[in-house]
Amino acid sequence: MANRKKSAGRIVRKELGSLPLLDVHGLTVEFATRRGVVRAVEKIDLNVAKGETLGIVGESGSGKSVTSYAVMRILDRAGRIAEGSVMFSGLDLRATPEADMRDMRGREMSMIFQSPRLALNPIRKIGRQIEDVLLQHAQVDSDAVSERAIEMLEQVRIARPRERYHAYPFELSGGMCQRVVIALALACRPQLLIADEPTTGLDVTTQKAVMDLVVELTRERGMSTILITHDLGLAAAYCNRVMVMEKGKVVETAASSAIFKNPAHPYTRKLMRATPRLGISLRSLLPEEEAAKARPLTPLAKPVAATPLLTVEKLVKEYPRNDAKSTLAKLFGPKPAKEPEAFRAVDRISFTVGRGESVGLVGESGCGKSTTSMMVMRLIDKTDGLIMFDGEDIGEIRARDFATLPLRKRIQMVFQDPTDSLNPRFTAMRAIADPLMRLGNVPRGELTSRCEELATQVGLPLDLLHRFPHQLSGGQKARVGIARAIALKPDLIILDEPTAALDVSVQAVVLNLLQDLKDSLGMSYLFVSHDLNVVRLLCDRVIVMRAGQIVEQGPTERVMSAPEAAYTRDLLSAIPHPPL
Amino acid sequence: MLSLISKRLLLVIPNLIGVVIITFLLTRALPGDPAAYFAGPAADKQAIEQIRVKLGLDKPLIVQFGRYVADLASGDLGNSLTTGQPVVTEIKNRLPASAELTLFGLIISIVIAVPLGILAAVKQGSWVDHTCRVVATAGVSLPVFFTGLLLVYVFYFLLGWSPAPLGRIDVFFSPPTQITGFYLIDSVLTGNLGSFRAALSQLLLPGLTLGIFSLAPIARMTRASMLAVLASDFVRTARASGLDSRTVILTYAFRNAMLPVVTTLGMVFSFLLGANVLVEKVFAWPGIGSYAVEALISSDFAPVQGFVLTMAVLYVVLNLIIDILYGVIDPRVRLEG
Amino acid sequence: MTDTTLPTAPPAAKVESNSIFRHARYVIAENPVTGLAFALFMLIALAALLGPYIVPHDPLASDTAATLHPPSFKHWFGTDQLGRDIFSRVVVATRLDFIIALASVALVFAMGGLAGIAAGFFGGWTDRIVGRISDTIMAFPLFVLAMGIVAALGNTVTNIVLATAIINFPLYVRVARAEANVRRDAGFVQAARLSGNGDFRILLAHILPNIMPIMMVQISLTMGYAILNAAGLSFIGLGVRPPTPEWGIMVAEGAGNIISGEWWIALFPGAALMIAVFCFNLLGDGLRDLVDPQRRT
Repeated sequence: MANRKKSAGRIVRKELGSLPLLDVHGLTVEFATRRGVVRAVEKIDLNVAKGETLGIVGESGSGKSVTSYAVMRILDRAGRIAEGSVMFSGLDLRATPEADMRDMRGREMSMIFQSPRLALNPIRKIGRQIEDVLLQHAQVDSDAVSERAIEMLEQVRIARPRERYHAYPFELSGGMCQRVVIALALACRPQLLIADEPTTGLDVTTQKAVMDLVVELTRERGMSTILITHDLGLAAAYCNRVMVMEKGKVVETAASSAIFKNPAHPYTRKLMRATPRLGISLRSLLPEEEAAKARPLTPLAKPVAATPLLTVEKLVKEYPRNDAKSTLAKLFGPKPAKEPEAFRAVDRISFTVGRGESVGLVGESGCGKSTTSMMVMRLIDKTDGLIMFDGEDIGEIRARDFATLPLRKRIQMVFQDPTDSLNPRFTAMRAIADPLMRLGNVPRGELTSRCEELATQVGLPLDLLHRFPHQLSGGQKARVGIARAIALKPDLIILDEPTAALDVSVQAVVLNLLQDLKDSLGMSYLFVSHDLNVVRLLCDRVIVMRAGQIVEQGPTERVMSAPEAAYTRDLLSAIPHPPL
Repeated sequence: MLSLISKRLLLVIPNLIGVVIITFLLTRALPGDPAAYFAGPAADKQAIEQIRVKLGLDKPLIVQFGRYVADLASGDLGNSLTTGQPVVTEIKNRLPASAELTLFGLIISIVIAVPLGILAAVKQGSWVDHTCRVVATAGVSLPVFFTGLLLVYVFYFLLGWSPAPLGRIDVFFSPPTQITGFYLIDSVLTGNLGSFRAALSQLLLPGLTLGIFSLAPIARMTRASMLAVLASDFVRTARASGLDSRTVILTYAFRNAMLPVVTTLGMVFSFLLGANVLVEKVFAWPGIGSYAVEALISSDFAPVQGFVLTMAVLYVVLNLIIDILYGVIDPRVRLEG
Repeated sequence: MTDTTLPTAPPAAKVESNSIFRHARYVIAENPVTGLAFALFMLIALAALLGPYIVPHDPLASDTAATLHPPSFKHWFGTDQLGRDIFSRVVVATRLDFIIALASVALVFAMGGLAGIAAGFFGGWTDRIVGRISDTIMAFPLFVLAMGIVAALGNTVTNIVLATAIINFPLYVRVARAEANVRRDAGFVQAARLSGNGDFRILLAHILPNIMPIMMVQISLTMGYAILNAAGLSFIGLGVRPPTPEWGIMVAEGAGNIISGEWWIALFPGAALMIAVFCFNLLGDGLRDLVDPQRRT
């Protein structure tokens, strides 16, 4: 307790005048790894003025998170600040002793992270977690602290704060958890807030709500903010200035409007171009030289042949509720037991996919789009409804039996997580060869040449074929997954968020690859995604789902520019747009 | 909370049924013919047959099982052939000795292992960490009976600090008046300090042996669990919020890290109950472990049956307590289950 | 048909060859303790193989004139109550204990490992039945159960192996089941289904190879535990019978003499036990570091 009293008032807030609140010069951060010393960040300069919002934008490996960890001095054991100065409110943070640094954290500068539910102590009530921070920094006496905590919950717009004070993180949604994390960060009214990818993993509508909240609260308090993100649109919408990082170095820093309209550095231009946005074609995602070399896109296919390739009618998927309440109810409740309500993941949806067509299936998490795609893939069984593929009723065939049928060859899938979808013990060659070996009727001797052909088709250098997944980059793994999917020359490919886990520049290339493969091999696509901008670029028609039902479907251009359903309108307006 | 307990109780019943059946089968398979033993060396075939009928050993297995269960229900575990005493009484008399020994050993090990594990995790890479790792690996490799013998050799034979390993209390002192059966507690309750010291000095070596034995898995698990928790996102948040190290390590990290350790305790108990048998043999401790071993050698199946059954029931009850303890610490289990 | 106009993936960074020797060398260089454990393991294996042929005295030969002699040049570990050379007995006992450990671990890996991955992968009734069997075994304190089984079936090496295998069954089932369960819904398993692999093929060719590293760690650790178990059983008279040399029984034979100060009879076999188990545990820890550096113990 004595410790806590001491922390108040040790560091006095200075009048800054025109000096920046945070001033970083020549910062270099090194990590000691098995392979020697690695420089994650090299000689970067950044500054944040009072009340300003700075965005740090970059792809994976750019060092954007490491920079903020270094400023707060919460680097891993293996990391250290090798060079440079970090001045906060006139104070040299590198020279500050750890005890004082602890005072600063939470009280003068705080941070919010990705994955909000994981960021909270799972076995401690959220109200108490807020109290811990308040008491640590001696913001309030112990008898008034609970009220303060409830006030904080109110300020972050959590409904029924008095009740929710007693809740545990697992009882709250992702969005609510993020609000609690924000409450923790702002409880002591710090001068600087660092937000490290705060909305990754959240739905687009929740994302907007959270960002708006952060902006409102920080403006109210005259706080400075650093927003770290890979999403250019987000940076454009919420930041005054933007700093672009690549491989540990700062590439460009400019006012938000300037950087988006007139990017100076080639890397920045590449990033801008690669961001999916309104009014462009797929080719425009690529860097200018590549776009010029690429084959022109075939114009959008006209209404397709009479019989659609895939017909889905009144498809239903129900999961019986099997939790403790229902089990006990069945055992001890009134007889005959009332069947517990089942959970309908997919509720009587109908749609078609024509030959050569690319159909997008969009919705937020939990809407049932993944479950639908799993059923069409015949990886799980339907509860009711019809699934017709090229005139055959494939819905009736059990998922277990489907694997060895010749029909299996004609419907394939590209998965979301390239790492998870490759067997860690298989080389790339073996992974691509697997479908050929099982269903392809390819004689042993020809397997290698077939694999090499496929690798070339997807732009994978041949010497990478002998590598294991952990030795490949994200983009390379994605290509292996695509090569595997097209190996059997399927008619229909279902793509489940195929680029969600990829950097935006890699995504640009992969999307173009997917389009070209579709055209050259005459396949149809069912493209499942939550990212409307990407869907707009790749799909002829789009289906919007919510809570297991189809809210709206139609030609992409029409749905995106003149949506009929209110939900679609909400979705579209929630997407942050870069002013490009 | 109540629903959690009742759910766990429900799950325990099939386990108990399985235990009863298996114990019955195992002991019916014991070699040697109890009827012959009971009849004595001079008996002829007819006499042995008579005794066999009297003991009910001629009936089909199902009927024997039925009688067995009926007896169990009325608290009758049969009589020991070697001593003639009811097994229930003997087990009841000897149980406190084993329980006191096991608890003493467990407390020693927890008091050393948990702080050691926490320190090793917090100061990763330091000498504390390396000591912990060596202790854990070495502790797991030591045969418990060997440790006991080593301790006896060093502390009794070489140094003369400990009394002879001949039971719970030195012959010159009388055991304290029986209240709980735990000599330490009883002697304190009756104010008999002489007996307390005597009982404690006898308890030290065997207790230490068991303590060393269970030290390793607990320290290892605590360290691993703390390491995992200290690297987790919510500890990062706690640090970024400026909470002091004591709060971060104890209130945030440790409480979460305890969860796997509590579950490990179940496994540790299983080992302890087994190690008990070995330690009781080394130190001539009058507990149920030595009771069972003596009975086994003479093919006296009622005590063996009673022993296995008692141990299993004890173990089931202990696991139940651990499950409930887990539910107390982790609200996710309480509220979702 | 190749599309040369699209940018291919960036040139690959240099990666060393994937040969297993290079990998092994790297691991041993990283972790000298594992290297030491491995060397010790080879020594033990050698002693098990060649023991009976290289010992100076016959392990069963008693010499009433030379009972209870402390360690000397003639008898490196001294002699026991029957005048038998303890050094020879300890070395020869290596074979028996090693075989018991190997056999029980092989047995439980086959039974428990396969049952576990089937339970984890298929779920449903397989899972329930395997779970029930596992729970029933786990309802007993394990050593007590081993005592009961050996007492019921008889003091033979086969029964010791069987008892050890049975009491380790739940552990293997739990590890295998957890690993299979995690991978059941992994992307690459679904991809394997799409490629035309049936359930059994997925289990054997896709999931099992991924589980092997973790199972190897388990195997190494259980070897140590199996030796301790056999020794413990012998100590209370439920193991091998005298005069067979076995570490546990030798400690039992020397236990009574500790009080009278004849420490060498129990110490040397006990130390041998400890070293062997220690070696297997270090090996297991080293393997675990290899397999999953995040789980370093």
